[in-house]
Amino acid sequence: MGPCREAPECAVGEIAGGLKVKVVFLGATKGMGRALARLMAERGDRLFLLGRDLGDLRVCANDLQLLGASGEVGVTTCDLLGPENFGTALDQAAASLDGFDAVVVTAALFATQEELEDDPELRDRLLDVNFANTIRFCEQARTRLLARGGGVLCVFSSVAGDRARKPVVFYGATKAGLSYYLEGLDHKFRSRGLRTILVKPGFVRTSMTASLKPPPLAAEPEQVARVALKAIDKGRPAVYAPPVWGAVMLVIRNLPRWVMRRVEF
Amino acid sequence: MGWGRYPVIQGRELRSERLERITDGAVLSRGLGRSYGDASLPPPGGHVVVASPLADRLLSFDPATGILRAEAGLSLARLWRVFLPRGWFPPSTPGTQFVTLGGMLAADVHGKSHHREGCFGEHVTAFKLRAGDGTIIEVTEDAEPDLFRATIGGMGLTGHILEVELRMQRVPSPWIWTEVEQSDDLHVLVGRLREASKTWPYTVAWIDWLANGERRGRGLIQKGRWAHPSEAPPGFPRRKTTVSVPIEFPNWFLTPTLVRPINAVHYRREGASGAGKIIHPESFFYPLDGLGNWNRLYGRRGFIEYQCVLPAAGGRPPYERFFAALDKMGGTPFLCVMKNFERDGKGMISFPKPGLAIAMHMPVRKRRTQRLVDALNEVVLSVGGRIYLAKDAFTRQEHYRAMEPRLDAWIRVREKWDPAGKLRSAQSVRLLGD
Repeated sequence: MGPCREAPECAVGEIAGGLKVKVVFLGATKGMGRALARLMAERGDRLFLLGRDLGDLRVCANDLQLLGASGEVGVTTCDLLGPENFGTALDQAAASLDGFDAVVVTAALFATQEELEDDPELRDRLLDVNFANTIRFCEQARTRLLARGGGVLCVFSSVAGDRARKPVVFYGATKAGLSYYLEGLDHKFRSRGLRTILVKPGFVRTSMTASLKPPPLAAEPEQVARVALKAIDKGRPAVYAPPVWGAVMLVIRNLPRWVMRRVEF
Repeated sequence: MGWGRYPVIQGRELRSERLERITDGAVLSRGLGRSYGDASLPPPGGHVVVASPLADRLLSFDPATGILRAEAGLSLARLWRVFLPRGWFPPSTPGTQFVTLGGMLAADVHGKSHHREGCFGEHVTAFKLRAGDGTIIEVTEDAEPDLFRATIGGMGLTGHILEVELRMQRVPSPWIWTEVEQSDDLHVLVGRLREASKTWPYTVAWIDWLANGERRGRGLIQKGRWAHPSEAPPGFPRRKTTVSVPIEFPNWFLTPTLVRPINAVHYRREGASGAGKIIHPESFFYPLDGLGNWNRLYGRRGFIEYQCVLPAAGGRPPYERFFAALDKMGGTPFLCVMKNFERDGKGMISFPKPGLAIAMHMPVRKRRTQRLVDALNEVVLSVGGRIYLAKDAFTRQEHYRAMEPRLDAWIRVREKWDPAGKLRSAQSVRLLGD
């Protein structure tokens, strides 16, 4: 199927009306990525999975196949710690899918602020993976999408990137940077057919957050995935998931500095 | 805490997509925590329990045989939503869809189809287990008959269930045809329940035990079967919108005075609709799931679901003695349902046996609840019945041991696979003295 060169505003969902969308996932083995990949598989989209563990990827691909994904769900290894392989992994995906319309990035690292302060090596890894390498990956994806005349680049950032807070100084900084990057891409390339979708989840009950005590408004991965899918279909450049976080973050963004210094959240 | 919100025990829950990795060294696995009492809770002392729901991938499905294999954390809600549109449904389902395959196997759950299909365990063809001694093993009835039957209904105490393979059932349409019978007499109801079980694949009786005087014991028999394609509405049942109880209600909220008129309305309204109709499968199988977190209505005190099975006997029916004991102790079951069981479960200590199963919700009032459960257990014991571990929070060790002559054989298998006694739950500490 061709990219939507003539109608840069058309959303993936509209393409899906008759044809299947071809999507590459980085991070579909777990949490929100798994949930979103399943929603797309259930409606018959074509998927290709990138991740670290080939065995695990194959089991996930099989699950998506059983749920109704079209064609064969292909897999190949791609680690956010190894930027030198991003290009080849995406090329393999493109070859398998005969070109892709969308790239979804949900992979990221998380650790508590204390862990990151105590372990500089872990901190550096998190900074690399969540910020620099995610952007390197997105750049590879962006150029390939633009070469096809456009498409969707959906990246999961976090509400942690909306306001600097004590428990997420490093993590929040990487997500803030990532959010700005996505926003910049939207400003620069939307007219050329690239639709960036920035998803900002609040607290989600996944294995990434398993060690934390769920705060109020904690969501399940599937809730977030539904919001993300709707945004992808409608071409919305930025969404909070669940949407209530939009209101919460509006308040938190406007709290004065002396309040942020005192509170612990 | 379990679904009954009593008791509350501190522990650490590990969640991950990778069960094999995180079950190493854990004291117990749990699914969605829908067992009512302490079955899914660790022993006191801050132990690590593994929660399986993130491990929920489908592994294989063969449309020729209906055999499905999936990771243990797959929920029933997800399972039927994926497979009912393709014409498949599990042959046995409990009254809530928020349970995992591993949990259903461990509790050997049953449902409205029990008189025909038996328990969940009867449809399990194989499973993968991390046994108590740490080894990971594929278990089938042929290869490891003892471990197979000890794990079905074994409350997760023989090992961590990692994957489950079961046989699904073909259904003619995704809709249910249901008929309701009304009666104001308990004996008539029990008779009709047995009668209905002969011809209907799904049956259950609902009893209004809060009504005053003569009307106490009135109730409804609900019968159901899958609708023929010719009767069924076109299209697939739409996803039901659910509301959720947002906060914990105060303890005084749910009282007999409040529930009594609700029961009366339910009795009249459902009884009047007796002629038969097509309904949503979710309303039929999982009526309480429509109200999310309904256990919060009971408040902080929590509630118990007491469930037992009373074997049929000559002379005075055992259920009369049971309800007499309930009244004498002042028990107020807000919800009371009965099922007709016709056979034992496949597991070594599975709950069912031929007879009448009774399940009731009651708020916890600590010492009174203990006395009530003791009194009911004595009736159950005297007629050769037994209780359901997935619901229990109060039974005493001596009562349980007396009810369960099969226990020693099960303990021998458990000791073989967990010689160091690593796997324990709050319930196993209470009932088995682990």
